[in-house]
Amino acid sequence: MRDIKGVTPKLETRALDLFYGHFHALKQVSVSIRPRAITAIIGPSGCGKSTLLRVFNRMNDTIPGVRLSGEVLLDGQSIYSRNTDIQRLRKKVGMVFQRPNPFPLSVFENVAYGPKIHRLANSGDLHEQVEASLKQTGLWDDLKGRLNASALSLSPEQQQRLCISRLLAVEPEVLLMDEPCSALDPIATAQIEELLMQLKTQYTIAIVTHNMQQAARISDETAYMLLGELVEVGQTNAVFTRPRDPRTEQYISGRFG
Amino acid sequence: MRSGRLLSPEKTIEGKLLQKFRGSERLTDRLAAVLIKGCAFVAIVALVLIFVFIGKEALPIFTSPEVRTEADLGKLLLPQPERGFVWQPVSERPAYSILPLLAGTLKATIIAVVFAVPLAVAAALFTSEFATPWAREVIKPAIEILAGIPSVVVGFFCLMVLAGWLQSAFGWTYRLNATTAGIGLSLAVIPIVYTVSEDAFSSVPQRFRDGSVAMGASRWQTAWRVVLPGASPGVLAACVLGFGRAIGETMIVLMASGNAAVLSWSASDSIRTFSATIAAELGEVVMGSPHYHVLFFIGAFLFVLTFFINLTGQWWVGRLQKKLRGGS
Ligand SMILES: Nc1ncnc2c1ncn2[C@@H]1O[C@H](COP(=O)(O)OP(=O)(O)O)[C@@H](O)[C@H]1O
Ligand SMILES: [Mg+2]
Repeated sequence: MRDIKGVTPKLETRALDLFYGHFHALKQVSVSIRPRAITAIIGPSGCGKSTLLRVFNRMNDTIPGVRLSGEVLLDGQSIYSRNTDIQRLRKKVGMVFQRPNPFPLSVFENVAYGPKIHRLANSGDLHEQVEASLKQTGLWDDLKGRLNASALSLSPEQQQRLCISRLLAVEPEVLLMDEPCSALDPIATAQIEELLMQLKTQYTIAIVTHNMQQAARISDETAYMLLGELVEVGQTNAVFTRPRDPRTEQYISGRFG
Repeated sequence: MRSGRLLSPEKTIEGKLLQKFRGSERLTDRLAAVLIKGCAFVAIVALVLIFVFIGKEALPIFTSPEVRTEADLGKLLLPQPERGFVWQPVSERPAYSILPLLAGTLKATIIAVVFAVPLAVAAALFTSEFATPWAREVIKPAIEILAGIPSVVVGFFCLMVLAGWLQSAFGWTYRLNATTAGIGLSLAVIPIVYTVSEDAFSSVPQRFRDGSVAMGASRWQTAWRVVLPGASPGVLAACVLGFGRAIGETMIVLMASGNAAVLSWSASDSIRTFSATIAAELGEVVMGSPHYHVLFFIGAFLFVLTFFINLTGQWWVGRLQKKLRGGS
């Protein structure tokens, strides 16, 4: 494990084990996520990347038969303690899914959803908040005339941006992204990547990606996982150019071809 | 991956068999398509023939001078001197105002729908979003069995049991009235609305729920603010079907409504509905009499009414769906 000198990690797991029934999906994972930076989680399909991501906002709780041991800390506080308010946790630690999933509501209602359920704004401020969130993702100019259109009528890229706007509207601290570009074409992917680079100045971002180039392009730190184990984590540059573990090297050289 | 040694599929024995099999599969496919089209065609023809038959018997209201002296459209719809709106087809001076029947039908139907829809939709939302698998296995079949109870049994229950309970609860003068009939009808409407809306809720993709829960919404907020709007076209379709069932249902109202053709706004007056009138009177009416043709006119009216309700319902469902999916 690499020391993060002088910086307290935003998120941290210590000796985390997770089971789906009898299946051991995460094995003794200890990882730190640096604040206001992008951490990429890479590894072959089925190695537990999504599972690890879901640990951070307790989305695994919705899956029956999941057991977990070890520690998971947000700002040094356990998020699996008895008195954790899960809804408040998820407001702080938001998630963007692989397949864009805007609600079957209007554009406006999608972005207003979070502020409404968390009672963050009265109706006067709501409009401003929606506008601000849409501006943050660069959607405002395109959609300001279509706020009442169904979110499902947008292009996939706009839908994914909308999902990010909808998260930003609840003023989260961490953005978890599970292959957010895998449903998008290269141009849309580049645009989302640019957006993430801007967002990292304010938010802590953990992104799962299949795309090695993407990890190399946008992330500050990279974690490599294999069969439920965390093999290596460190500065992206270092992981890609001087991997310490032969398994990492093999994966990276294989993927870059 | 390529392999040069692979034979082209048509050349192997398996390939030939497969082709033959596919050929016969295509034949059965085509046969099935023809069969289905045939059935659909027969159904439509039957529908048209039924309407033509009913319409033909209703037509004398507009064309036959003898029938029109007793019962033309004005006498059916407008207030008559001294008597106003009265349905007394079998008397010295027959009166054929259908307005009391229309009022009775609407009262019973509206009470049934107002009572059944919230109950059925709430039960469906509960089973799809909150119930444990075990509870779902109990609730779903239980409500669906309700749909299989013959309406004469439901009517009997309303007549003998429900009417007494309601009367002592509300202190009504008449035991059998619009509300009793409406609540009885709702027993027939609930299973339909429940089943169709439960399907609608269950087919809302899981990823919408995940998105909502991942934002810190409770399950209740998710059900109310995401699943319900997402399923709105299906829920509306359920309501339209329920409405159609309520307006056409006969046996329950025949037994539980009191069958008095009273024109009033009161929900505790006895009523007589279109469907019950036809069922009670068509058996004994003199063929070819004005009364006979009026009953057919009522039948045609009911037919057209349900047809248009379904049509508007479908149009509305389509519009909602389009709004939801968005654009073009
Ligand atoms: N709900 C579940 N129930 C049982 N096993 C699961 C479940 N979700 C994931 N798994 C298993 O856990 C492992 C890790 O899955 P996942 O985290 O989705 O991998 P990745 O995102 O790296 O492709 C896989 O082997 C997968 O089959
Ligand atoms: Mg995954």
